[in-house]
Amino acid sequence: MGYVSSNTKPLLSRKATNEGHAENCPYFDGWKAYDKDPFHPSQNPDGVIQMGLAEHQLCFDLVQEWLVSNPEASICTKKGVDKFRDIALFQDYHGLPAFRNAVAKFMGRVRGDKVKFDPDRIVMSGGATGAHEMITFCLADPGDAFLVPTPYYAGFDRDLCWRTEARLLPVVCHSSNNFKVTRKALEEAYAKAVEANISVKGLLLTNPSNPLGTILDRDTLREAMSFINEKNIHLICDEIYAATVFRQPDFISIAEIIEEDQEYNRNLVHIIYSLSKDMGFPGFRVGIVYSYNDAVVECGRRMSSFGLVSSQTQYLIASMLSDDQFIGKFLLESAERLETRHKNFTDGLHQVGIKCLNGNAGLFLWMDLRELLMESTVEAETALWRGIINEFKLNVSPGSSFHCSEPGWFRVCIANMNEETMKVALARIREFVRRNGDKLNRKEKCRQSDLRLRLSFRRMDDVLRSPCIMSPHSPIPQSPLVRTRT
Amino acid sequence: MEPASVRKHSLLSMIARNGGHGEHSPYFDGWKAYDRNPFHPTQNPDGVIQMGLAENQLSFDLIEEWIKNNPTASICTPDGVGKFKDVAIFQDYHGLPEFRQAIAKFMGRVRRGKATFDPDRIVMSGGATGASETLIFCLADRGDAFLVPSPYYPAFDRDLRWRTGVRLIPFACDSTNNFQVTLAQMESAYAKAIEANINVKGVILTNPSNPLGINLSKETLTSLLSFTFEKNLHMVCDEIYSATVFKSPAFTSIAEVMQETECNPDLVHIIYSLSKDMGLPGFRVGIIYSYNDQVVNCARKMSSFGLISSQSQHLLASMLSDEVFIEKFLEENSRRLGKRHSRVVEGLKQEGINCLEGNAGLFLWMDLRHLLKEPTPDAEMELWRVIIKDVKLNVSPGSSFHCPEPGFFRVCFANMDDHTVEVALQRIREFVSKGNKNGDDKKHWRKRDLRLSFTSRKCDESLISPRQIMSPHSPVPQSPLVRART
Repeated sequence: MGYVSSNTKPLLSRKATNEGHAENCPYFDGWKAYDKDPFHPSQNPDGVIQMGLAEHQLCFDLVQEWLVSNPEASICTKKGVDKFRDIALFQDYHGLPAFRNAVAKFMGRVRGDKVKFDPDRIVMSGGATGAHEMITFCLADPGDAFLVPTPYYAGFDRDLCWRTEARLLPVVCHSSNNFKVTRKALEEAYAKAVEANISVKGLLLTNPSNPLGTILDRDTLREAMSFINEKNIHLICDEIYAATVFRQPDFISIAEIIEEDQEYNRNLVHIIYSLSKDMGFPGFRVGIVYSYNDAVVECGRRMSSFGLVSSQTQYLIASMLSDDQFIGKFLLESAERLETRHKNFTDGLHQVGIKCLNGNAGLFLWMDLRELLMESTVEAETALWRGIINEFKLNVSPGSSFHCSEPGWFRVCIANMNEETMKVALARIREFVRRNGDKLNRKEKCRQSDLRLRLSFRRMDDVLRSPCIMSPHSPIPQSPLVRTRT
Repeated sequence: MEPASVRKHSLLSMIARNGGHGEHSPYFDGWKAYDRNPFHPTQNPDGVIQMGLAENQLSFDLIEEWIKNNPTASICTPDGVGKFKDVAIFQDYHGLPEFRQAIAKFMGRVRRGKATFDPDRIVMSGGATGASETLIFCLADRGDAFLVPSPYYPAFDRDLRWRTGVRLIPFACDSTNNFQVTLAQMESAYAKAIEANINVKGVILTNPSNPLGINLSKETLTSLLSFTFEKNLHMVCDEIYSATVFKSPAFTSIAEVMQETECNPDLVHIIYSLSKDMGLPGFRVGIIYSYNDQVVNCARKMSSFGLISSQSQHLLASMLSDEVFIEKFLEENSRRLGKRHSRVVEGLKQEGINCLEGNAGLFLWMDLRHLLKEPTPDAEMELWRVIIKDVKLNVSPGSSFHCPEPGFFRVCFANMDDHTVEVALQRIREFVSKGNKNGDDKKHWRKRDLRLSFTSRKCDESLISPRQIMSPHSPVPQSPLVRART
């Protein structure tokens, strides 16, 4: 409980003192291990390799080349500084028209120009984080719920629930059908909510999926659309990984589905977008809410005052994204590099008998280590995970941090490092598998390392709570996050 | 309270449906008039002059010169592009360490070294708008209240209340003592609130004051701080105009007073921003500075919803840590504001119009009580409409700041060049002399009333209550805000 004042009234709010930020969780062991001992190819070759951060670092050379060739895109170059004043003063929450036009066009390009986006429906927010919170504030009252298929991005618990006081209800998906989101699962989750007298306001889909790295097929999207129309609830589609699709099948946006049937209620559909993953610019905090509902656009725009995109950044992005030639080249090259990186990793894992979910998008793999678990429990998964961090120095993310119902899955980020680091990571994984031997031996070894782990992490176990989220930001006060670029 | 059936079937949240954004207000007449017909010295010399926007446009030449001489401050110049990747991927909610250090140092400089600031207490937010909201989320629950002296910045109604559900309890300051905030007034307001069983969590002071353009004296701050200490209330000081002080008395920050008065640091918090002091509202640089560790911690986690673009952090870290430049900027900026203030005050005085004796801010508090038909809010609104329609100056009526005494208007003077100032003064001259020519001012207004009351009937229909806010952002869909730089 928070501070209690002398007259017994709490000093701070409930939100300030509850666990809604979802950061108190043992998974920070991974972050702490990394922060204390970050890998560097020459300075610290035995350090922990960061594989828990879904960042796209593969195409900065293209962006840098473009910047040098386009000095007018910046308000700080000699060519651009005469725009400095107008841009520095611009705080209109509609956003720079050029920015909205460029983002709308880019979103269309990413979807193969199969759909068009209206610049007047583009609403800014503080990253996808701010976008999710904002759309929730627009759609839900405290206590209202959103259905969300598992496994899902850990940050949703904070983004959609903390200050809004909304709730998330899982729609459990299983590996038996590759974690497909079925109508049956949706109906079950909905019925359960109704029985518990919980008001369901909508369904949240992430497409392409984090952490699975797969896309939703047309049938699934149509089923989801039909489901929400039938129940008259909202559909929020987080499409922030749309441009990370590197292989067939092609990405299908909800924007396409919505055009298929005039009977669909467009007022129920909203897209969350961002440039953090597709372009690799998480620092620029470019979040977008795109709603087909006029009232939501209006309300969202007013709320965007709490987290507008810096006009300096709007200006740069407007210029960059409206360069058709550059964007065409970037999107192609990005997909190729992601595909190569993905193939290198999956091949490398396959060589040592580790399978991954068959994915074609995202900045990560969904790795299957179920066979290495002593038993099919979260505790066993956590123990295995600690082994991976401490012995093999790889900070991967355990499936339970994504609310995966089946223990043994791990998300492995692969696009936030260079080739050299990738090779080191693969070598360590090979070593990990070698040491863990065959299945029986594996179980024996885990038990042994488990004991050792239990002893060394007794203190951590003291703070073990129910499966929690892992913050995408470093929680460590003096985070060396800036320095540790590998 | 809405019937349960309405709430159940409503697609949007209660927050989205209530008027908490505060934009359904008759004061948009002024904005609309300006947007439809913006003044331009050559292209539209008869247009409406924008005097409702508190922007600091007087010192951009200094900043632009600095930018030209410091290409490494940008990640887009050839000199700076080597940092692009590191900055573009930096999303750590602690902020760039050099940014925090530079802000802390700058805040100390603005307070002439009378207080120093710890970089580890600097928390980012989406402008002062985001800072205010986030701080309230940390300190108060739905239904709790903060005392605030009126007149106050209209958007506090949105920023502090809309999504937080917190209440504001204004207590009136008036012209009998030059709108000074007194302890007696605060005590009385507090007692009344307690009697009404309202849970008061703290007080919000804006120092220097918007809209008054004056500082709080050290004595006043001390007595108010002691009062909050005694009652265990939070003291929130919005100091976003601290570097706009252009004349004595020198600015006294709560940070200074804390050192000399018994208080509980856990109750003291400062809101800061670069929007007014540096004239950079587009960059959305909001800062929460709290002396309460738990608030720092919580606010930092919440800052994920509105972080400052790393691109802008990088630029400002460089700019604000250039001590020679900052010294020169602060001095010159003050001088220019003082000069502009004097000119406008003098020009008004020549027409028999007095202003509150101000020494800070980007505006004057103009006294037009003698021009009111009668001392009522309606009469003030009528006069205001005349000023917009006939004099073509978009000033802000006191009632939009919750000023209980009709007849005062806030006039912004720092968002235009010298020529425009002269045009504005000339218009006032003509307006006043016309009034004098027609003999009895009151008779003159009455004639105009009839004409106005017919044409402005449509506006009156949108009048909800006199206590509405005016959005700092243009509400008009295709806002020419970008173009309207005069």
